Amino acid sequence: MEKRVRFKSRWLPWALVAPQLAITLIFFYWPAGQALLQSVMMDAPFGGSLEFVGLDNFRQLFNDPDYLASFKTTAVFSILVAVCGLSVSLLLAVMANRVVRGERFYKTLLIWPYAVAPVVAGVLWVFMFASPMGVIAFWLQAIGINWNHLLNSNHAMTLIIVAAVWKQISYNFLFFLAGLQSIPKSLIEAAAIDGASPWRRFWTIVFPLLSPTTFFLLVINVVYAFFDTFGIIDATTKGGPGKDTSILVYKVYYDGFKAMDMGGSAAQSVILMAIVVTLTVIQFRFVEKKVQY
Amino acid sequence: MVERRPVLTFVSHLILVLGIIVIAFPLYLTFVASTQTAEQITQSIPMSLIPGTNLIETYRTALFGGETSAGSNLSGAARMMWVSLVTALIIPIGKTTISLLSAFAIVYFRFPFRNTVFWLIFITLMLPVEVRIGPTYEVVASLGMLNTYAGLTIPLIASATATFLFRQFFLTVPDELVEAARIDGAGPMRFFRDVLIPLSATSIAALFVIQFIYGWNQYLWPLLMTTQEDMYPVVMGIKRLLGGEAYTEWNVVMATAILAMLPPALVVILMQKWFVKGLVDTEK
Repeated sequence: MEKRVRFKSRWLPWALVAPQLAITLIFFYWPAGQALLQSVMMDAPFGGSLEFVGLDNFRQLFNDPDYLASFKTTAVFSILVAVCGLSVSLLLAVMANRVVRGERFYKTLLIWPYAVAPVVAGVLWVFMFASPMGVIAFWLQAIGINWNHLLNSNHAMTLIIVAAVWKQISYNFLFFLAGLQSIPKSLIEAAAIDGASPWRRFWTIVFPLLSPTTFFLLVINVVYAFFDTFGIIDATTKGGPGKDTSILVYKVYYDGFKAMDMGGSAAQSVILMAIVVTLTVIQFRFVEKKVQY
Repeated sequence: MVERRPVLTFVSHLILVLGIIVIAFPLYLTFVASTQTAEQITQSIPMSLIPGTNLIETYRTALFGGETSAGSNLSGAARMMWVSLVTALIIPIGKTTISLLSAFAIVYFRFPFRNTVFWLIFITLMLPVEVRIGPTYEVVASLGMLNTYAGLTIPLIASATATFLFRQFFLTVPDELVEAARIDGAGPMRFFRDVLIPLSATSIAALFVIQFIYGWNQYLWPLLMTTQEDMYPVVMGIKRLLGGEAYTEWNVVMATAILAMLPPALVVILMQKWFVKGLVDTEK
């Protein structure tokens, strides 16, 4: 889409794009270029200059069991966050869409966790699971589960998933609710007249019509779990026990800033960028389909 | 409402109320903890679920710091709240300004390399700061911007979401408005100021709300950028209170958590309409 009518000026448009262009070049292209450059370099063994090592950093990464484990951790974490988050929010959105009275009230009380910073969400949840005074840890003890997310990696994973899902519910809820409200009422009414139960109507009409929203949210949630959960992990498990909850972003941070392996960290950044680009392309292709119905 | 099903309606309300309780429980617990003393929290197992009597004392310590009953010396969150507020305001203001300008140039002017500029900016839509933290840190450090507001905010302003949003919006503005403005003798900047900006008011408000929350909740970036205590945003301060070996003053931690949550939560609840619009618009 283009404008028919335009202004004419030789210098004004450049002056207008200059601030954004400058910031983008300095804080985006320069670092991204650095990342690419560093990912094929390595510190010379006795200090001093950088050495060109080709794809060695990448080769090393993919031979590193820790890195492969981190991939697996990230996959498990993001899939569970997406699936749990979407199911809970869909349930709540369907219910909020059903009730006539109080929709706005429920909405207000369900959307505020969006405003909570991931690291604060992490602190809130770790407090409930901390022993000995943590309330949930105590309740779990009462039913025979000896909770210890500092030693048990399944417990640690559960903790970060719960915190991550809790924070993301409001976002999913809002989009599901908007999706549900855009489904034509006449379809539902027709099905009701034909005698379909609410359960059946949901699975044969509502859910299929909602699939564009669901797919969109799936991608968004995976991206969220990949990148925005750093604070949650840093506040709760710090990637532990061992490295069992160290997702890719956490590992980039840890290797680059704690272990000071800049080359390896840059190579990881490059791989992460490739993942984001892939996810975005998937999403864009899909968004085109979304407008069809 | 398609049909009357009282049982189902009751179940719906029940599920919603349960959902709200589960979602609000951590918040309630945080509040309760912030009204007790550190000893009350750690010594009763589990901690009491009824608000305590230490509310004012805890919040005073959380805000202004000082000696605690457990003997540790804390620095208050007041300064950190200020840093957070400044960052959370610079980011939306900066982002909105530069993206309004560049979207205006891209939509309303024809100039050489326009498409190149367009793509140079739009590729950044995809990459969050998190994926390029290492190199971005080095760039910022070499520019001498560590521990400054500039360093905390400008790298986060470099994102194309807002530019894209305004471009989409400008494309829907009728061409007749430009023609009318021209006939009346208005130049491009006059048109921008008197026609485009007022028309984009709701988009600007919506974007502002979202970016305020985004700016307030930054964690990873300030963690790398700041080494001086007087430049820590509050979100980072909480994490530091958790400490390592030192005794954790949970009541102060939780009071600080409430302080850190309050501004963005109020923004979401009070500006709900714009918040929802902002969310939906930025994801289009």
